[in-house]
Amino acid sequence: MSTARRIGDVILAVDNVSLAFGGVRALQGVSFDVREHEVRAIIGPNGAGKSSMLNVLNGVYHPQEGKISFRNFEFRDMNSRQAAKLGIARTFQNIALFKGMTVLDNIMTGRNLKMRCNFLQQALWVGPAKREELAHRKAVEEIIDFLEIQHIRKTPVGRLPYGLQKRVELGRALAAEPAVLLLDEPMAGMNLEEKQDMCRFVLDVNDHYGTTIVLIEHDMGVVMDISDRVVVLDYGRKLADGTPDEVRGDQKVIDAYLGVAH
Amino acid sequence: MTTDAGTLDTFPKLLMHHARVRGARPAIREKDLGIWQTWTWQRYADEVRALACGLAEQGFKRGDHLALIGDNRPRLYASICAAQVLGGVPVPLYQDAVATEMAFPIQNAEIAFAFAEDQEQVDKLLEILPQCPTLERIYYDDPRGMRHYTHPQLMSCDKLLEIGRASLARRPEFLEEEIEKGRGSDTAAMFFTSGTTGVPKGVVLTHENLIDRSRAVAEMESLGDHDVVLAFMPPAWIGQNIFSYAQPLVAGYCICCPEAAETVVSDMREVAPTYYFAPPRVFEALLTQVSVRMEDASALKRWLYRSFMAVAKRVGTRILERQPVGLLDRILYHLGDFLIYGPLRNVLGMSKVRIAYTGGEAIGPDLFSFYRSLGINLKQLYGSTETSVFVCVQPDGQVKSDTVGPAVKGVELKFTAQRELLIRSPGLFKEYYKNPQATLEAKDAEGWFHTGDAGYVDQDGHVRIIDRAKDVGKLADGTLFAPKYLENKLKFFPYIKEAVAFGDKRSRVCAFINIDMEAVADWAERRNIAFSGYTDLAQHDTVYERVAQCLEQVNADLAREPELANSQIHRFLILHKELEADDGELTRTRKVRRGFIAEKYGSLVEAMYQGRDSVHVEAQVKYEDGRSGTFAAELKIRDAKTFAPAAARRAA
Repeated sequence: MSTARRIGDVILAVDNVSLAFGGVRALQGVSFDVREHEVRAIIGPNGAGKSSMLNVLNGVYHPQEGKISFRNFEFRDMNSRQAAKLGIARTFQNIALFKGMTVLDNIMTGRNLKMRCNFLQQALWVGPAKREELAHRKAVEEIIDFLEIQHIRKTPVGRLPYGLQKRVELGRALAAEPAVLLLDEPMAGMNLEEKQDMCRFVLDVNDHYGTTIVLIEHDMGVVMDISDRVVVLDYGRKLADGTPDEVRGDQKVIDAYLGVAH
Repeated sequence: MTTDAGTLDTFPKLLMHHARVRGARPAIREKDLGIWQTWTWQRYADEVRALACGLAEQGFKRGDHLALIGDNRPRLYASICAAQVLGGVPVPLYQDAVATEMAFPIQNAEIAFAFAEDQEQVDKLLEILPQCPTLERIYYDDPRGMRHYTHPQLMSCDKLLEIGRASLARRPEFLEEEIEKGRGSDTAAMFFTSGTTGVPKGVVLTHENLIDRSRAVAEMESLGDHDVVLAFMPPAWIGQNIFSYAQPLVAGYCICCPEAAETVVSDMREVAPTYYFAPPRVFEALLTQVSVRMEDASALKRWLYRSFMAVAKRVGTRILERQPVGLLDRILYHLGDFLIYGPLRNVLGMSKVRIAYTGGEAIGPDLFSFYRSLGINLKQLYGSTETSVFVCVQPDGQVKSDTVGPAVKGVELKFTAQRELLIRSPGLFKEYYKNPQATLEAKDAEGWFHTGDAGYVDQDGHVRIIDRAKDVGKLADGTLFAPKYLENKLKFFPYIKEAVAFGDKRSRVCAFINIDMEAVADWAERRNIAFSGYTDLAQHDTVYERVAQCLEQVNADLAREPELANSQIHRFLILHKELEADDGELTRTRKVRRGFIAEKYGSLVEAMYQGRDSVHVEAQVKYEDGRSGTFAAELKIRDAKTFAPAAARRAA
């Protein structure tokens, strides 16, 4: 928690990964790496395979070829629970919160994997379960404070505006105290002010908790402003990889985004 | 409290006194991570001791200024007191001010030490650092986001406390001596007035000023350590500061700091304050919230609300004032209290409010009586930074919506020939900082403070503030003419958005009216009145009739006040356009610029006085896209019903 933002060694590496759904080849031989404490963006036009890539990273999809290494652990077919246990958390493009539950309870679900007491203890709320819940509640309250959402603590998520729901989802992912946070279009559908807020929170998370962040984003301005390195996908292939400035100047990227004269 | 009042002449002495006599009682509560954390008086005193020693180690000397920028937080209040312990002067600044606005006070008082709540405030101070070379030390309370700051001026409060505790352990006697050195006549604090005209002025107040006024009202309202206050306005505002710093130290009550600006309403529900102070706009916002939520309620609930609010309106205020009320009404009110008023007070967080004050500007009579009819003891007060707030306060049982009450014990009042209110009070400020010229203008040789407000004392001995003194004029027969007072009275009607009254050096009063488009359009639609836009609607006969009824009511009110009976409004017209700040007719804070309007629409004013029934107007209009065009219309002028003055009627 007290680590200053200093980019470290490779924490997550994707090596020659290919993924196909029947005849549709979503990813073809993609390789890139993510360093500890960095903000890594994946960009690309619609259908480029960005969300597929994220789903591969947290074990929702299993690639047919290639391998992924996280710290010293190599895998190809890991499920999402294992990914979560390893310290990979994510948010979704379409918000996936429990609409009828309060903000507090939603974020508390993010602590799920950290709870040690069994079902019976929790149901009866006996000694250890009570102590455990208090500790988790404290962690959740710290996140609420961090994301400045105290005023909606007890509000059911379904009643919140979209921008705040996104923030709550970020909170839930943070509750798992992840080493790597995968954000699927965290700014989609937001107005300018909400985007600015979200950018600030993403950077704060990165800075304060030292969390490594992999994010998919459509808004070029946002990507170029907040990421350390950017990987560009197009039709399932890696097109470019480098700092925002390098990527911005890359002819192949410009062609993919603006089209090429024939 | 009264026994040792003589020796407890400074705030640090008062704090140590409370730590001795009620050390375990709560002094400050703060909601942090969802839980109310309590500082007892003992803890409050300990923090102040450590902070003061820390500041002393850092070179803070007697007479030095400490700027404080932040929201209501225990540490901020402790820092105020720590500065006073060392004989220094705390200078609270508005936490929502932009960086450039903070430069002036810091330069003016050559401030070297500053307390900033968090990164946001630190950033502002660092931004103005080049213009403020005197600023040497900035202490921040919340370390979040501060890790990468390497400026030599910065230090966290925790570190300062550490330094202070070490120093305190080395020489505990130092602090007691410093506290003993304090005198009541020492400067206690400096507040910068907002400065709507010209540069801001630093109002210097002594311990005696603040303690005397706080004590006078604490005794009048019998405040004690059972009382609770929620601190939610900026601490740089004297109104908040006196309620959450000075008066708690005098009376020993507990203040609560909300978790965030957005949580004030729910925090208020949780702490249930007994003593409450807010400007009228806060009460207005609360009422709007209630009304909007009632609109969404089920039909049964809406019906219950409407019916019982009608009962409350009829008898609520009288019941609050323990006046006789019919048995049936009394039963109905108690049923309403069970079904509506009680739950509503609870939602507002005012279940336990014993005394609520409003002040600072005029409050609408409907708004005022709404709260009173619910059984909330809302009262008005009058005062300013220069007078340590409390000049006039309405005592229980003598509450009126249009006065500010009689003078509080210790205050002398008088009026100049121009009806400007002059005040002499133990709470009167020492001076404007480094501004003897302004001090002389505001406070004369005999110690009378010129408020700039015009008013008079009514039959019951209540002060009635009617206008700024410079705006008050005279009718041709020499009687008082207070345009803003009339305009305010008119604006309290939902259908009237703005009003401009004319009458200075004239035989009678006439007025321009701006209708409130939203309210009047809604009203017109329900009556099937067709209209195309503002100008069309404004010239409708039925709208004129509706406005005439409002004026008639105002005139009836005015006729009852001998001083103002001649100010009844005889004629009016509804303007063809809404007054706009963009056209220079309003200030940016939406106050009417009467002089400018009188000049711009001179022909309309003359037409009203010439007794004509209508006037032709041709105006240049600027469209929003930048083009301009001319516009012509025939504006109707109507008479309003006037009444014979009350005195005359009584004689007849």
